[in-house]
Amino acid sequence: MSQVIINDNEVDIVIGALHSDLTTFMNAWKPVFSRFHLVIVKDPDLKEDLKIPEGFSADVYTKSEIERVVGSSTSIRFSGYACRYFGFLVSKKKYVVCIDDDCVPAKDNAGILVDAVAQHIVNLKTPATPFFFNTLYDPFCKGADFVRGYPFSLRSGVDCALSCGLWLNLADLDAPTQALKPSQRNSRYVDAVLTVPKRSMLPVSGINIAFNRELVGPALVPALVLAGEGKLRWETVEDIWCGLCVKAICDHLSLGVKSGLPYVWRSERGNAIDSLKKEWEGVKLMEDVVPFFQSVRLPQSATTAEDCVTEMAKAVKEQLGKVDPMFSKAAAAMEEWVKLWKSVGSA
Amino acid sequence: MAASSSKPVPLLKDELDIVIPTIRNLDFLEMWRPFFEQYHLIIVQDGDPTKVIKVPEGFDYELYNRNDINRILGPKASCISFKDSACRCFGYMVSKKKYIYTIDDDCFVAKDPTGHDINALEQHIKNLLSPSTPFFFNTLYDPYRDGADFVRGYPFSLREGVPTAVSHGLWLNIPDYDAPTQLVKPHERNTRFVDAVLTIPKGSLFPMCGMNLAFNRELIGPAMYFGLMGDGQPIGRYDDMWAGWCIKVICDHLGLGVKTGLPYIWHSKASNPFVNLKKEYKGIFWQEEIIPFFQAATLSKDATSVQKCYIELSKQVKEKLGTVDPYFVKLADAMVTWIEAWDELNNSAEEKTTENKAPVAAAK
Repeated sequence: MSQVIINDNEVDIVIGALHSDLTTFMNAWKPVFSRFHLVIVKDPDLKEDLKIPEGFSADVYTKSEIERVVGSSTSIRFSGYACRYFGFLVSKKKYVVCIDDDCVPAKDNAGILVDAVAQHIVNLKTPATPFFFNTLYDPFCKGADFVRGYPFSLRSGVDCALSCGLWLNLADLDAPTQALKPSQRNSRYVDAVLTVPKRSMLPVSGINIAFNRELVGPALVPALVLAGEGKLRWETVEDIWCGLCVKAICDHLSLGVKSGLPYVWRSERGNAIDSLKKEWEGVKLMEDVVPFFQSVRLPQSATTAEDCVTEMAKAVKEQLGKVDPMFSKAAAAMEEWVKLWKSVGSA
Repeated sequence: MAASSSKPVPLLKDELDIVIPTIRNLDFLEMWRPFFEQYHLIIVQDGDPTKVIKVPEGFDYELYNRNDINRILGPKASCISFKDSACRCFGYMVSKKKYIYTIDDDCFVAKDPTGHDINALEQHIKNLLSPSTPFFFNTLYDPYRDGADFVRGYPFSLREGVPTAVSHGLWLNIPDYDAPTQLVKPHERNTRFVDAVLTIPKGSLFPMCGMNLAFNRELIGPAMYFGLMGDGQPIGRYDDMWAGWCIKVICDHLGLGVKTGLPYIWHSKASNPFVNLKKEYKGIFWQEEIIPFFQAATLSKDATSVQKCYIELSKQVKEKLGTVDPYFVKLADAMVTWIEAWDELNNSAEEKTTENKAPVAAAK
């Protein structure tokens, strides 16, 4: 495997600021973040001013900037975790890495601090292998390879469009699970990256992700907003919806999605039991969407991420609109998003 | 939500057979003694039947050589490979147990990162006794493991999972590479201990290695035919691969799960890459046709048992792969012979069980 070179100019780190004081967060990530350009988007609902430490190259976007750029768009809400998507929209770089502001670098099994950005970029720059499962996980990793029986014609792989990282300490469990296991913490460091096979759905967590903006930028859609949408991960499914769309689109465009390393260390926040009341809406919606995503097929004519989102929106409106008005709203937001992307995102 | 499993893992010592193909000796069993001694072994002796294979003291076993296979199966013995470890599937057929663990005679006990010996059999049992989740990928891997669970966004309706039919283990030290890769990287060793078990999603094929493999014989046994390899055959080292593609299509159809990952064993012997290349050569080309065949294979609604699925698959093999090489016509026929032999050996076993039960009940 050839050494992957990470070009500082190719990467934007997008941070959705749901807390006003980013000092601890950014200082913890300084060794990793300082060489890159940062796009910090302040949750429009946040009243206090942002506190950002010195030593970073960052552009900061607040409510007024968002409104100026986006105009009077009505179906897309950039509040809460969705504020990050604004950062995806205005970024000009090839790769975007996005980490929640309550996460700090994790340590690997050798006790070494994990450079999550570097690992994400390596994941994105090495091929993915969605058509056949490799039992030794990522074959492009040093010390690994394709195993006996892996067809040779599939060994060059496809471009990786999305890299989904994981979390030590507070894993991304839903509220009911965390409420029932309040002391459960994730201490298992699984030293693997693997390609999620074609046609396999997965829950993409927005806590620690990276993507190739040139390939799939518009496919990360801020579309599904719960009525009780909140400021804790337990109170949202926007990233789950987004991930299901991106995976279906990647499958259609023959792009890869990887999951596994890097880990980040996620801290305690909020109370799972309190969030239970809001969680059920999201849980119910998830049940409705599974058969849809299992069977959705996009037309051959959809060859770009924008086309795919448009087609996806149509399918959502037609097939899921009647199940719950939330989906009609999501479809409308997706259509709006494509328009926005074409005018702002591609500029 | 997944239930936590802090209770001890059942031994299943009367429900599991360990099937070992061998042509050399069984010295490796000494290292496995603490873990294997309580189980019944089925040794399938390949090669020269006049050679005496010494089994270490204290093990409970049955041993079959080629003469035994010919005697037991008669003309149907033609489906069992000779001079290839594929012959091990004879062991699956004659077993009377619910679970099978098969291991190669150059595989030893590995150590985990803390330096402890890995009880591979125990991990396989854990894998087989807990559900699989083929319909939706869990990013924290096996949600039924201690310390893990389903992540946010995982549909609750899919959290019960499905029964696990196969547990595919991995190897530290000598990795299971094909001949070309072995030639290019003769010194590469697998030193990465990946602490995960995961379900291979529905619709996804994988290369199944028979070196460290366990399965639920009642759920999938008849589909674990390891094909026609070795002596008189144009191909070798594709036995487990063939079985793996077949079982995955069938498991996907029947709603059963296949897991891969832990446990690791220590694979000590690197086979000769030039010898391997000769054996694999045709397979390297053929697999380009075989894979699309299996990826597209569908089974009918009438295929409700493993045997029915397998027979249907054999017909498709004959029809679609028969044109690639006459070998596949032979193989398709052998697949049918295998099922016939399986049913003969196993149905009569069932009848015997029924006969035995009646007198016991009457005695009470």
